[in-house]
Amino acid sequence: MTGALLDLLADVLEGARKKGATEADAYVGEDQSFSAQVRMGQVDTVKHARDQHLALRVFVGRSAAAASTSDLSRESLDRLVNEAVTLARITAPDPLSGLPEAAALSREVPDLHLDDPAGHDLTPEAKIELARRCEGAALAFDPRITNSEGGDFSDGHARYAYATSHGFAGEYRTSSFSLSTSPLATENGEMQRDGWYHVTRRRAGLDSPEEVGQKAARRALRRLGGRRVKTAEVPVVFDPQMAATLIRHIAGAAAGPALYRGASFLLNRLGQSIAAPSITIVDDGTVPGALGSRPFDGEGLPIQRTVLVDKGVLASYLLDSYSGRKLGLPSTHHAARDGSGVSVSTTNLYLAAGDTAPEALIGGVKNGLYVTELIGFGVNGVTGDYSRGAVGYWIENGELAYPVEEITVAGNLLAMFQAVEGVGNDLVFRDRTAAPTLLIGRMVVAGA
Amino acid sequence: MLAHPERFFADRFGLSASVMERLLGSTLARRVDHADLYLEYRISEELVLEEGAVKKASRHVSQGAGLRAQSGERTGYAHTDDLALPNLEEAARQARAIADGAGESAVVPVTTGARPHDLYTLAEPPIATDVLRKAELLKRVDAAARAADPRVKQVIASLGSEDVVVLIAGPSGWTMGDLRPLTRLSVTVIAEENGKREIGGYGGGGRVAFDWFLENERWKHFTSEAVRQAVLKLGAVDAPAGTMTVVLGPGWPGILLHEAVGHGLEGDFNRKGTSAFSGRLGQKVASELVTVVDDGTMANRRGSLNVDDEGVPTRSNVLIENGVLRAYMQDRLNARLMGQEPTGNGRRESYAHPPMPRMTNTFMLAGQDDPDEIIRSVDHGLYAVNFGGGQVDITSGKFVFSASEAYLIEGGRVTAPVKGATLIGNGPDALSRVSRVGHDLKMDEGVGTCGKEGQSVPVGVGLPTIRIDGITVGGTQV
Repeated sequence: MTGALLDLLADVLEGARKKGATEADAYVGEDQSFSAQVRMGQVDTVKHARDQHLALRVFVGRSAAAASTSDLSRESLDRLVNEAVTLARITAPDPLSGLPEAAALSREVPDLHLDDPAGHDLTPEAKIELARRCEGAALAFDPRITNSEGGDFSDGHARYAYATSHGFAGEYRTSSFSLSTSPLATENGEMQRDGWYHVTRRRAGLDSPEEVGQKAARRALRRLGGRRVKTAEVPVVFDPQMAATLIRHIAGAAAGPALYRGASFLLNRLGQSIAAPSITIVDDGTVPGALGSRPFDGEGLPIQRTVLVDKGVLASYLLDSYSGRKLGLPSTHHAARDGSGVSVSTTNLYLAAGDTAPEALIGGVKNGLYVTELIGFGVNGVTGDYSRGAVGYWIENGELAYPVEEITVAGNLLAMFQAVEGVGNDLVFRDRTAAPTLLIGRMVVAGA
Repeated sequence: MLAHPERFFADRFGLSASVMERLLGSTLARRVDHADLYLEYRISEELVLEEGAVKKASRHVSQGAGLRAQSGERTGYAHTDDLALPNLEEAARQARAIADGAGESAVVPVTTGARPHDLYTLAEPPIATDVLRKAELLKRVDAAARAADPRVKQVIASLGSEDVVVLIAGPSGWTMGDLRPLTRLSVTVIAEENGKREIGGYGGGGRVAFDWFLENERWKHFTSEAVRQAVLKLGAVDAPAGTMTVVLGPGWPGILLHEAVGHGLEGDFNRKGTSAFSGRLGQKVASELVTVVDDGTMANRRGSLNVDDEGVPTRSNVLIENGVLRAYMQDRLNARLMGQEPTGNGRRESYAHPPMPRMTNTFMLAGQDDPDEIIRSVDHGLYAVNFGGGQVDITSGKFVFSASEAYLIEGGRVTAPVKGATLIGNGPDALSRVSRVGHDLKMDEGVGTCGKEGQSVPVGVGLPTIRIDGITVGGTQV
């Protein structure tokens, strides 16, 4: 089968050329996945899926258009080419559009160990059993764990191939395995739900179902008895998962398309201090086996390590070729290809660890908030204004005193990052975005 | 462009009635309580204008089938985007593997059901309209936005259209088809003044023809609203922080209902006992001024469907009547397990997803009060008229929604615009604090998309002006 996807792409690109495209690129993805969900020990839903998808982008002169289909039959692909070329005749020419320079294309496709073919050999029954053990560990953890939204094991494997009319052709495979569960804790008529999960590229690297289940139970239990607090301006400590959401907002504002549209609070700030000197943010797509790694970007450019924020100074934007040309800068190889064209995405994004233990960060707060969950969409990427719902603990005299809920935390992302007073030493790479515990000197907590 | 659903799948993919009979029979070949087959073909298109020119245009086709077998609380689901018969038979085998015990394979005779409503038949569906006309409209949006105010620096306008044909076949052999057009115009504006930038967004749409945007110059209204909001925010003051009286304007602020009570009244969470509203049918969960309805039968609206994605006719369901909880929203599985009727709320994002209970168009019925008088009744508070997204924790009942256009109310008068802020409350508690309901019920413009467990579906909301006595506003002004 190897090469079959690239042959298909070569045919499609040749078809586009014949129809009048001056440049084109295309990708095809194929994946198969399985998920087993149990609830209260019983099988709830078992899903089998098979998907395929081919997308083409054409340039007719400097006008671009895109088309995609899940039907890979010959007639369908002919239609796809026709539609893309026809659409390109109505879009406006843009002198900066087009594929990246051929000289910049990736010369090889490094093996980043993103797939685990042997990992997919479990029977459906064995997968169901993993889901059952995961949920079971949560249910057995404490008598106050009384109910559950279920436990889940999923695995999938995918092939992805990308080719351009100016000579790039690359293909790679990925695997993913995940375990998760969402138990409910009940006490005195109050119900709280939380969950935990683990996702990996190799099955052997998955945390045990028991570990995931017990952690989920502890997370649900710790929310019981949540109270509201009085509105106040206080120090706020973000746990590692929540600190990771904050650096995603920085990455979003550093993305090329937001910048050339003037829709970013980081506009014209390259080389300037945007955060406390303790803040270094890195995006590294080259880490073997990591969830966000890829051997080449969405335009066939080699993947690299980019320092986004260096000791508080904005050191780089995240750019694809087009947004780079708009800003007069080279691509940083962060193109992400989708059915409509090219956008920008991070790979493995992280906030570099500091040297303070998280206990010491909390220990230094007399009166403040420890945030363990954030909900809602209250982030303005143009101004950096920030206001989200929060769940966590109130800190009194350096100790986690009691759980809190139905409150908000608000500020402005630029002011928040300048006000960082401590970065934890507890960085763990679990997700595509990772961060250690983070202490922000002052934010407004709204409550009763 | 697309023929009758039954004929479409028979002609295009050879999925004739006799093939469906065999597939259903094979899915049902074990002791199952329910089985169904869902076929879908979707064409979508998007044009995007930025920097004064339509630079992006794309067109997408997706097709596939989802097969499902249910036994007790168990669901087997398989989907494939290859509609060749051997693939569908393999999917049927995978789906039914979940059910207990073996049974004889059978052929289920198929009969075509009559469509219960005709809510959005269009002479020309939006996907069929010439792209040049669409591109022209986007250019007019751009020109109008820039002409409206010199502070407008960037205009991003997009027009999305889709046409979906679905065919659902159920265990007793009925089939139900639907053709679902949908379109949306979105306008985003960046305004700049004295080095300060702000963003404003507005839009609308529905299961309507392209010409709907031209009628009454709706496109112009969407454009001027986006400009007005961006410019207004340039002069906004910090939002207050703390618990206060909030007046919500009519229309899109109905997202309050969607988050505060809507999700909590979906049947799956209540069957599992994981919702803050579980076991509360017949109890008072809101002020007696509050009646909340979910209605999938409103003509041409974004959240409407002739039949849901399990082939059940949509209807108007009263969820909360004068403050008392009357009904949950159900799909077939949860209705069966709870001993209730399906309510036409079984929806899915696509063939790649099994259905679950979802909202359609959710709104509060109008009350008696004059909206101006409601504002005058507040000495100190917040008047919020436009919102971004919202989210809810079903189990604890805590919900948030983010105001994108809001003003202070001081001494009964609307005064300074404030910056965006998140509002947070507790579902069963928030609607108990509704003290005034206006006579000005308005539905939103048709832009809502609801996400649940990774599945997105188009929805609508509506609200009259209401006053809530005490909700937490997440501003920065202490």
